[in-house]
Amino acid sequence: MIQRQVVILNRAGIHARPASLIVQTANSYEAQVYLDKDGTRINAKSIMGIITLGASYKSELTLSADGPDEADVVDAIARLFESRFEEE
Amino acid sequence: MEKFTVLDLLDLDLKEHDALELRCIAGRSGLDRQITAPDINRPGLALGGFFDEFASQRVQIFGRGETAFLEKLHGEGNVATISAIFEYRVPCCVFSHGLTPHAEFIQKAEETNCPIVQTTLSTAVFTSRLLRVLGSVFAAREVVHGVLVEVYGIGVLIMGRSGVGKSETALELIERGHRLICDDAVELRCISGNIIMGEAMNRVTGHHMEIRGLGIINIAHLFGVAAIRDKKQIQIVVHLEDWDPDKNYDRLGSDDTLEEIMGVHLPSLHIPVKPGRNISIILEVAAMTERMKKMGYHSAKEFDENVLEWLESKSARTRYFEKKDTF
Repeated sequence: MIQRQVVILNRAGIHARPASLIVQTANSYEAQVYLDKDGTRINAKSIMGIITLGASYKSELTLSADGPDEADVVDAIARLFESRFEEE
Repeated sequence: MEKFTVLDLLDLDLKEHDALELRCIAGRSGLDRQITAPDINRPGLALGGFFDEFASQRVQIFGRGETAFLEKLHGEGNVATISAIFEYRVPCCVFSHGLTPHAEFIQKAEETNCPIVQTTLSTAVFTSRLLRVLGSVFAAREVVHGVLVEVYGIGVLIMGRSGVGKSETALELIERGHRLICDDAVELRCISGNIIMGEAMNRVTGHHMEIRGLGIINIAHLFGVAAIRDKKQIQIVVHLEDWDPDKNYDRLGSDDTLEEIMGVHLPSLHIPVKPGRNISIILEVAAMTERMKKMGYHSAKEFDENVLEWLESKSARTRYFEKKDTF
C-alpha cells in the first residue's frame, strides 16, 4: 500500500476527459487504486466515481494503490496530474 | 464531515413532509455559526435563569410558551437572563408557529450576531422534522463502489470488481422497468442505527451511468422519470463475482447470509457471473424472494419442511404396512 498527495493543476478540474484518462491508466495495472478527497474514498477505476468527487482546481487528493504494481500505477497517475492531463 | 452551518440548514432542499419552512428574521451575519449536535433544546430553564448544564451547542427552539415568557421578561424589564443566553454562542434560535419575538430580543440578537429563524410549523411538527433532518445530516457516511437499483420495491446494492458487469446488469434491470438510484459511487448513510440509505454523492452526476463502449449516458433522459429514484434503503447486497469452479455457491438458499455495513446486518448474496447466466433476471428473483421472506414466506425453508414432512409420512406408512397383523 503506497500513498501520494496530488494537486489538481489544470483550471477545469477533473471533468469527464481527465477522469477517463485516470481510469484508463488505472485499468492498465493490476493494483487496486483509490482517490481520497475530504475523507471520501472512491475507486480510481470508475469514471463516474472520479467525476462525483467534484475535484476542482487546486484541490488536494490522496492517491493510493495496493497491489503488485502499486508503485508504477501511482507514478503513472501522478504524472497525469503533473502534466495537467495534457490540457492547457 | 464538512462543517454544517445554520445557512446550510436553511439551504437544504427539503420537500413535503421534510420541509422546515425556515426564514431568517435577524442576525444574518451569524448564519455561518456551526451546528455541531444533532439535537435540540427548549430553553425554558435558561429563560428562568438556570444555566447549569445549558445545552448551548444545540439549536434552541422557542415555542408559544417560551415566547410568552420572553414577553413577560421584557414587560418586567428583566432582560439580564436574555442577555445571558446570547453570551452563550448558541447556533441559532428558532421561533415556531411563525412567532416573532420582542423587538429588544431581535436587537440583542443583531448585536451578538445570533441568527433568529422563524418557522410557520408548529413546535411539535418542527421538532420532529428537525430531529429527522439533523439525524440524517449527522449520520455516519461511507462511499462504496457499486450500483444501487430498486427492483420490485427492494433496494439492491450491486457490488463487485470493476468490469464485472455491474452497470450492464443495472441497465438491463432499468430496461425491464426497474429504477436506478445511482451508479459507481454510492453514498451510504446509517440512519437511526438500523437503516442504510443509499444515494448519489451529488445531484449533478446522479442518474448517469458509464457503460463500456457507449460512454456516459443519462438514464433520466433515456428512460424517463419512472426509471429513476433519488434515494432508497438498501435491503439486499449482491456481490457479482467471476465464476470460480472451485468455490461452493449457495445451492439451497436455506441459510440466510448476512453482511455488516456500518453496523447494520443486511442479507447478502454472492452471484457468480458467467456467459449464459442472465444476472438481471436472477436479481429480480432475488428481490421477489426477499419480499416473500418479509411477508413470512421462505421458499427454501418451506421446501425443506415439506420434504421432511413427506419423508416422515412415508416412513410412518412403511412401518404401518410392515407391521405383522396382530388381530
